[in-house]
Amino acid sequence: MHPVEIVKPETLADALEAFRASDEAMFLSGGMTLVPSMKAHLAAPDRLIDLSGIAEMTGVEDRGLSLRIGALTRLADMATSPKVASAIPELARMAGMIADRHVRNRGTIGGSVANNDPAADYTAAVLGCGATLVTDRREIAADDYFIGLFETALEEDEILVAIDLPKPSSAGYAKHSHPASGYAVAGVFVARFDSGWRVAVTGAGSEGVFRLTELEDALSARPPEQAFAAIDVSSLDVIDEPAFPAAFRRDAIRWLAREAVGRCQDL
Amino acid sequence: MTRVSLQVNGQPRHVDVEVQTLLVDLIREKLNLTGTHVGCDTLQCGACVVRLNGETVKSCSILAATLPAMAEVTTIEAVGGDDLHPMQKAFSVCHGLQCGYCTPGLIVTAIDIVEKNPGGLSAEKVRKELKGNLCRCTGYQNIVAAVLQGASDMGVRVLTEGGDA
Repeated sequence: MHPVEIVKPETLADALEAFRASDEAMFLSGGMTLVPSMKAHLAAPDRLIDLSGIAEMTGVEDRGLSLRIGALTRLADMATSPKVASAIPELARMAGMIADRHVRNRGTIGGSVANNDPAADYTAAVLGCGATLVTDRREIAADDYFIGLFETALEEDEILVAIDLPKPSSAGYAKHSHPASGYAVAGVFVARFDSGWRVAVTGAGSEGVFRLTELEDALSARPPEQAFAAIDVSSLDVIDEPAFPAAFRRDAIRWLAREAVGRCQDL
Repeated sequence: MTRVSLQVNGQPRHVDVEVQTLLVDLIREKLNLTGTHVGCDTLQCGACVVRLNGETVKSCSILAATLPAMAEVTTIEAVGGDDLHPMQKAFSVCHGLQCGYCTPGLIVTAIDIVEKNPGGLSAEKVRKELKGNLCRCTGYQNIVAAVLQGASDMGVRVLTEGGDA
């Protein structure tokens, strides 16, 4: 690994100052993506800004209509937090589908959502719930946040502080895991609100997580089984590779959506 | 260089290391505790699992300098006392290892699994919880049997089916 300097600020202001004072700084959260990337020389920051000491990035808060999750909340905490379990139970259940118990003890939801790996899981929940991404300087709607593969609307020095998720009346997530890596070959998160359905797909899209608006409209207009039959997935822009070709992924989106909707409690 | 202060296996240790030093390298190279292994080095195999403040982590992907001062690290060396730990005995009795390379990580993990499931443990649950520990020799049958035997010897009930605690 290349030599690196580590600073551990206790405030967002100090974190920004430390970031801006260096040419190739990177923010470090749980490190479950960044540290292996550094070991593989895929990332070579000259300075790491370790965010783990910043208090305002921690904690889970039930705000009545929404659930605010601090970016530093670990996946293990997502799985066990009573507040998460009562507000959006599917978010707690999904944590157990991500990586393994050791990685979940370190990896954070903020790190995952800031990294925007196209096969991550919580990105689908964030987009599917229509969350608000709270940063050190502004709020970003999930619909404007996910730009492409590993790309977000975050500026170079912008820090994701918390994720504010509107509570759906019910939600469901279903995933086809890659048998080796465990990452999503395709994953579908559905959320039902009084205003209608939201559906987000991760893992499969050529440009990362995306909304399946056709299914959202269909679910709002007709019973689920008719909705699944009515949508046309043939032109979805999905990843095509030998292990999981495009045709498989398009089919998977349909049956995972069915499974995800089936998990919704209030149908 | 930076100074890292940890509580390792109950002993305070203060070590000067390069800033980018990984926890597993500190444990192995600086403290000479070589029971913790490096397998894949890519966060997958679990040969490097240790306990950090009571939770299992993969020490190959943690920068030692980011740990809180005097964080508690427990390695395989501290698992048994004069006698083997019941989980170590169970791995021996059940033949839960062949080459043994993954075994330290598995035993540290297995003890944590048992302690986190005091209400009982099923084979299905053990398999699920062992997702982050790879063994290239055994095919896992005897490992699962060993974890359940160890659980029983640690006073945790073995559930026959379903029964995820």
